[in-house]
This record gives sequence, structure tokens and C-alpha cells, in this order.
Amino acid sequence: MDWKNLADALFPDSHSIEVHGDMLCGTGVVEGRTIAVLGTTHHAAIGVGLALNQARIVLDTIKQHPGRPILLLIDTQGQQLRRRDELLGINRAMAHLGCCIDLARRRGHRVIGLVYDQALSGGFITSGLIADACYALPEAEIRVMGIPAMARVTKLSEERLAALSRSSPVFAPGVDNYVVMGGIRALWTGDLAQALGDALVTAPTVDERAADGAARGGRRCAAPIIERVLDAA
Amino acid sequence: MSTAAGMERLQFTFRGGRRVGAFAPVLVGVVGSGNLEVLVEPGETASCTVDIETSARGFGQIWEAVLRDFHERHPLAGVRLSINDMGATPAVVGLRLDQAVSSLEQPRP
Amino acid sequence: MNPSYAECSARERIARLFDPGSFHEWLPPEQRATSPHLAQLGVPCAFDDGVAVGRALLDERNVFVAAQEGEFMGGGVGEVHGAKLTGLLRRAVRDRPSAVVLLAESGGVRLHEANAGLIGVSEVMRAVLDARAAGIPVLVLIGGANGCFGGMGIVARCADTVVMSDIGRLGMSGPEVIEASYGVEEFDARDRALVWRTTGGKHRFLSGDCDVLVEDDVAAFRMAAIECLDRRCPLSLEVLEAEHVLLGERLHAAPAGADAVAFWHQLGIVRAEQVSDLDAAGLRELRASTALSR
Repeated sequence: MDWKNLADALFPDSHSIEVHGDMLCGTGVVEGRTIAVLGTTHHAAIGVGLALNQARIVLDTIKQHPGRPILLLIDTQGQQLRRRDELLGINRAMAHLGCCIDLARRRGHRVIGLVYDQALSGGFITSGLIADACYALPEAEIRVMGIPAMARVTKLSEERLAALSRSSPVFAPGVDNYVVMGGIRALWTGDLAQALGDALVTAPTVDERAADGAARGGRRCAAPIIERVLDAA
Repeated sequence: MSTAAGMERLQFTFRGGRRVGAFAPVLVGVVGSGNLEVLVEPGETASCTVDIETSARGFGQIWEAVLRDFHERHPLAGVRLSINDMGATPAVVGLRLDQAVSSLEQPRP
Repeated sequence: MNPSYAECSARERIARLFDPGSFHEWLPPEQRATSPHLAQLGVPCAFDDGVAVGRALLDERNVFVAAQEGEFMGGGVGEVHGAKLTGLLRRAVRDRPSAVVLLAESGGVRLHEANAGLIGVSEVMRAVLDARAAGIPVLVLIGGANGCFGGMGIVARCADTVVMSDIGRLGMSGPEVIEASYGVEEFDARDRALVWRTTGGKHRFLSGDCDVLVEDDVAAFRMAAIECLDRRCPLSLEVLEAEHVLLGERLHAAPAGADAVAFWHQLGIVRAEQVSDLDAAGLRELRASTALSR
């Protein structure tokens, strides 16, 4: 879905969301309440600069609007794959963004992620996956890596990976798999404004994703292993 | 016997040999390309049983030969060896098995 | 003789770094907590799924420990591996050891477990930040040949302290992935000196992305870990604002291009061309003479 249509659907009352390069930011109103909105579009590649720009908005929200909920709109191809970004510590910039979002959560800001187009790996770990809860539109896709690069690294053939992407929940990029695995809390269909309003109320503040993955059957081992480590003599 | 899509599971049993006293499980080696890990535990029977999961299929006879040699060098009884293998050569397999026995005899703290 | 940290396996590092005989493992190999996803791909499991976790003593202080085995699947985080780390960190919040020491060696998400690995790494990241917020210091030691990349590269920078050797590398994307995407002119993955100038321990130490640089030596890593046991940096708005200013200034001041030597010159390192020849002590002197010294 195009970000403008998304913004209108999420905030039918009003919003001031704008695009600056690949970054989205602004505010929207839900049931009379102002929400800070930030995110990416155009399948953004997240480099050092874009990570910092997003972190700035989170920090400003913490400072100037205590308690204001934050909505992260996610459409990214993952981290920028450039030597310069590696040299300049893209991992640290991404960690910084993640830490800012995490601080917002601890300071009482409800943080909701929404994958509305695509999300890859590094660009997703430090945004949607560090929110209180992450949701997705049904047509969105989440990947760890593109198949050609994955084939090179794993030595599994592209054909094999493509077949697995169709048949195996562990490989399939559809967001319904992520729901079954607990990574995505739920898909938003129909009235998106309503879905957002509900999420702001119902999103957990502790990490329940392993429990969700076990309950939903898509990721059965993680939660029991966590418990076993907690209980081990 | 082949399991799903590419792993081969093998099992061997060797009789005779001397019982090892009680011991804590021992792990040697690492599962990496051309390498293997060997877990040695007290066995439930009087034999020496060896369970192997390997990604290098079709080498059953070589495993048997290597293990037979090993059991002649170290005729252990009442032990269970479990192996995860990623294509180690017979020399590396023999080395790890000998390392496993050394670890039994001189347990690391 | 001082054993090379890089050449040790994860378990050898644990045995040599912590107080002798003090490591007590949780979910040891004989419990066979293995990956549910690898067999279908014809890949062997490891009995510990590539990470050993437990408690130990470090200079007689209680610490929780995790060591990733870089030789198994490149240290990649799969479902069980990630859950062991998450469980360890959650237990740290409950049991309050002096610190959590993570001997990291990982390419990030284990691609063979794709989605399960990605969610798992994210749970580890949340758990590190929970431990940090609870006042339990998290120390990450990076000295293996595979380095610490991908989602684990982000996790490392969520910790209180990062200790590296020059053999260690820290970043997000490996050089092969960058070369595959943008060509050899962008990043020649076979130019080892270039690779290490870009993401290796010496560069990270000079740029401030790691806190301590040591020689490739288990004893040196042990000493550094002991010294950093009480290095606790709880995250606050002030701390993150300061980090933001630092990263922003670094970005704006950095010379164009991706040349490490030019970058070090700009940092005020006078003998930038000689960095690759200096040892850890030499690098410490250089860094102390720059604006980074605190």
C-alpha cells in the first residue's frame, strides 16, 4: 500500500505525515489522541544517516511529548550495503535507533510497528522488532535476505530456497508466517484506524513473542528452551 | 538409513571390552566443514553403542572400519557415543574418538 | 604460552577465560537441545546448537556466560541458539549475577533458519536491553575469526562494554554480501587488509565503537573482562542524547569515501598509515591522544 493511502486509512480524522527522502514523519490523531509517526518508504535502504534521523525523532518525542504513542511504519530493504556505512559503524547507528525506541517504551510511550510493504533483516530488527508489538498488512513481506545472496552464503541452490520459500514457514516471506511464529502480533485488515486504536490498548509491554510462537505452533522450541534455561539447576 | 533430504543415520554396536566407571558426559570436537563432534555418555547396555548423524552419505563401511579400529584400541563397554558429522575424514574421526577417550581418562575441570 | 583466543573453540575459551573449573553449563550437550530445522536441509545439528550457556566465576565473582561457536554454521543464531541466549539474559535479570559475559562470534541470523533466527535475534536484543535496564552489565567479547555481524552486530552495540582484539571484526554486512551487491570496486572481499581496516578491532577501537582493544590472547581477554565487570552504563535520555551528538558529529566530520586511513587522519590520529603495524598497546596510546579519550 502506498504510504499516503496508508496514512489516510490510519488517521481518517487528521494527520500531518510527510515524506523527506525515504523517511516518513509527522503526527496523526486517533480517538482524539496525537500519535507520533515515523518510518520509511520507497523500500528504504537504512544507512547511518537514515538511522540517526529516525533516532532524532524518537528522542524529540521523548523530550517534548512525554507518553505520546509512537507508530513505526516500515518499508525497508534492510541496511545500506555500502563499505562507507560499515566503516562508519552502521551497526552502532542501528543499535542507537533501537535503544532510543526501547527507551521510549520504558518511559511509557506505547510503540507500535506496522510493516506495510516489506521489511528485511537489519532494517527490521531495529525498528518493528524492538517495538512493544509489531503488526503487518496482509500483503506485506518480511525477509532475512534476498534469495540470490542467501544461496551464495548457505550453498543451498536458488531453486531449493525458492521452493522452501513456498513450502516452509521458516523460509516463507509472507507475514502470516510471522504471525504463526510469534514475530508479528496480528495482521491488520479492514478498518486500519480501528486496528491501530485497538493495538494501542492491547499491545503487550513485555516480550511475549516466544510464548506466541509456541501457542500458535510456528516456533515451538524457543519458549520451552527459554523456560529450561530459567529453571536449570 | 536416510532421514529427510540428505542426512544419514548409522548405528553400530560393539561388544566385549572393559567397563568404564561412572563419568560425566564428555564432548569433543565441533560440527563444522570436515569436522565432527563426539558426545560420550554412560550407556544403558553393556555394549559400546555408536550413533552417527552425518551429512556425508554412503560411507557406512568406512565408518564401520574406523569404529572397529577404535574399539580395538579402546575396548570400552557400557558407553554410548553420539556423533554429529559434517564430512570429516577417517583420520579426523579417529583423532576425535581418541580425544574423547583421553577426556574420559583425564576429565577437564 | 598464551593461547590465541581466535584459535580456541567456544568451549576452550570458556575453560581458559573464567576461573578454572568454575563453569557450570545449562542445557549441556547431553540434553540434546538441538535445532528442529536443520535436518530437513541435510545439515548436521550440534548438541548445543552452537552456543554454550551457564554460570561461572570471573575473579571469584558470579557471572553468566554465553559462548558462540563460530565454526558451527558461522555462529549463526537459530531458534534454539537464540532461545538459550534469551533465557540466559532473562535469568540474569532474575538472579542478578555481577555481569553477563557474551563471547560473541556470529554472522547474525542463521540463514538456514531464516524467520526463526530473525525473531530469535530480536528477542536476544530485547533481553540485552532488559538486563541493561535492570543494572546487570553486559560485556561482549569479540575475537573470533568470523567476527560479530548482522543482528549480533547490533546486539553487541546494545551492551555496556565491547572488548575486541584486532582479529575480531564488528559490523553489519560481511564484505562478500557487499561485493555481491555492488561489485568488487565497492568492496573487494578478498583484500584482507581492507576488510580489517573497515570492520576490524583496531578500527573500531580508534573510532570508539569498541571500548577496549586487546591482543589475540585469552589471558588478555580475561583481564579486560575483569576490569570491565563494574562498567555499567544504564541508558537514559541524557546518555542517548550524548550518543546521538557523537554519532552525528562523526558522520558529518567523516571525509567522503570509505577510506579508513583518511578517517583516522580526520580523527586526529597522527600516524594513521602505521596503524596496521601497531600492537594493542600502541593503539591505546594513539587513541588516548585523540578527542576520544575520556
